[in-house]
Amino acid sequence: MKIVVAIKQVPARDSLLKVNLSGSWIEDADLAYEINEPDAYALEAGLQLKEKQGGEVVVLCAGPDRAGQTIREALAKGADRAIHIETEDANITDPLTLARMMALALASEKPDLVLTGLQSDDLGYGQTGVILAETMGLPHATLIMHIEAEGAGIKVKRELEDGWFQHVSMPLPALLTIQSGATKLRYATLMGIKKAKSKEVKKLDAGALGEKAGLSVRLDRVYTPEKTRRSQIFDGAAKEAAAQLVEKLRFEARVI
Amino acid sequence: MSGILAVLEQRDGKLHKMSLEALAAAQQFGSELGLPVFAAVLGAAVAGAAVEALEGYKLDRVHVLEHELLKDYTPDGYSIALQQLIARHGPKFVIFPHTYQVRDFAPKLATALGRVLVSDVVSHRAENGNLVLVRQLFQGKINADVGFEGDAPYFLSIQAGAFRADKLEAGTAPVEKMTPVLAAVQIRTKPLELFRESARAVDLSAAEIIVSVGRGIREAENIPLVQKLADALGAELAASRPICDNGWLPMERQVGSSGQTVAPKMYVAVGISGAIQHLVGMKGAKTIVAINKDPEAPIFEVADYGIVGDLFQVVPALIEALGK
Repeated sequence: MKIVVAIKQVPARDSLLKVNLSGSWIEDADLAYEINEPDAYALEAGLQLKEKQGGEVVVLCAGPDRAGQTIREALAKGADRAIHIETEDANITDPLTLARMMALALASEKPDLVLTGLQSDDLGYGQTGVILAETMGLPHATLIMHIEAEGAGIKVKRELEDGWFQHVSMPLPALLTIQSGATKLRYATLMGIKKAKSKEVKKLDAGALGEKAGLSVRLDRVYTPEKTRRSQIFDGAAKEAAAQLVEKLRFEARVI
Repeated sequence: MSGILAVLEQRDGKLHKMSLEALAAAQQFGSELGLPVFAAVLGAAVAGAAVEALEGYKLDRVHVLEHELLKDYTPDGYSIALQQLIARHGPKFVIFPHTYQVRDFAPKLATALGRVLVSDVVSHRAENGNLVLVRQLFQGKINADVGFEGDAPYFLSIQAGAFRADKLEAGTAPVEKMTPVLAAVQIRTKPLELFRESARAVDLSAAEIIVSVGRGIREAENIPLVQKLADALGAELAASRPICDNGWLPMERQVGSSGQTVAPKMYVAVGISGAIQHLVGMKGAKTIVAINKDPEAPIFEVADYGIVGDLFQVVPALIEALGK
């Protein structure tokens, strides 16, 4: 089974974010980057499937030069090779443009299964997988907890709201977005890190991947949200703050 | 129709609770932009009950898309049927509630028409006959203003709680039925039965006080510290998703969009940054207390009281103060 896992590099989860001067994006010069956590679960699902069914895991990532580091880490965890769509724009804020580039990059690959995370931690559109499926003409299912082979196709377990689940049968090729937390993530081994250095990373120039789609959404500006609720914050020493809070809860909010 | 179309979600004839919020958004946009407002409901014959639930709201029309192949939700069926409705009536805006089902098919529908869905919208303003929408980036730490470019239709989905269903305007809603052209061969996925993993032993929605723990707790070994705080308050213990994903607490104690929705008298969030998926599950609490080391954490946006500090110092101090 040929499995493509689409991953994204995003600012590390605990980054302190500041809006840049022009308000066009965050200050990103000094940020640390890592794999988008939901995509790490998609990679894990792909690697587990390969271990069970055999085949190949190909990592697909669009991003600037720095994304190479995240790609190497995915190879070190066990992906066989990678495709890096090199973009000049550090941030493609239109998921349709991004998905069209990815579809073109995959045109010659003909994967049986495309996996990706349910959403990105930065833009959070939660759509790239579904858009990619439609662009490639593939059936899809989202928020997948479990995948098993079923005849020539697959049977997946989908998460719904309020603790409900559903099984869905579907043919291959197909695209799935993977729910986070369904499995434990593996670490790269020393051997894996060593091997990753010699694995193939095919670089594609984003500009050469067909024409740019006309933008249908634009990001006007980003900003720090204004506080809407008047909250009372205690930031003194722990003991003092705790005592102040308990007094408020007893005599102001009267909840204890 | 060149107006605003709200696509509502129903299951077994019952409208999803967020459907009415999407309808309220559509009515509000309609009055601000001077556009008529329409609703659409998809399903087999059973959708009739959902249509009855819409009687009494002021709508220019309710479109009922009925077909045996729409009985069970599939992304293919819904996308094809809605493309036909949109082709026939040409709405300017198409609004969805940001449910799991909408996340599954609305991006596909928008893509089929060469558009991008602006997902998970928290607020808006009308400018020059169009809408500027506010979305959250970086899990609520940053906001963004987003606008539409190019030709209609413009697709957007509304975050839970962003618009209020009790603000819906009363009136009449004439119904128009449409049978989309659908063939079984066009529907590539086969949905099977819905199920729950296990009966819920813990009903968090009945708890008066909830103490909830998040990533800030760092290790499973530290959970008992938060349990102690819960005991001191006579509270139920709950958690954000990562804690349950790691198996540190059972899934049934998870609060948020994929877990339980709660509205207790008091909610104490310990080491929870406040990603939107968590906030939608608890922001209805009467009093919200947050303990977090990051003063910029979005949880402080919804908190009535907050302590900025290291939870490993604050929680023991709090337990001690409660004992006094």
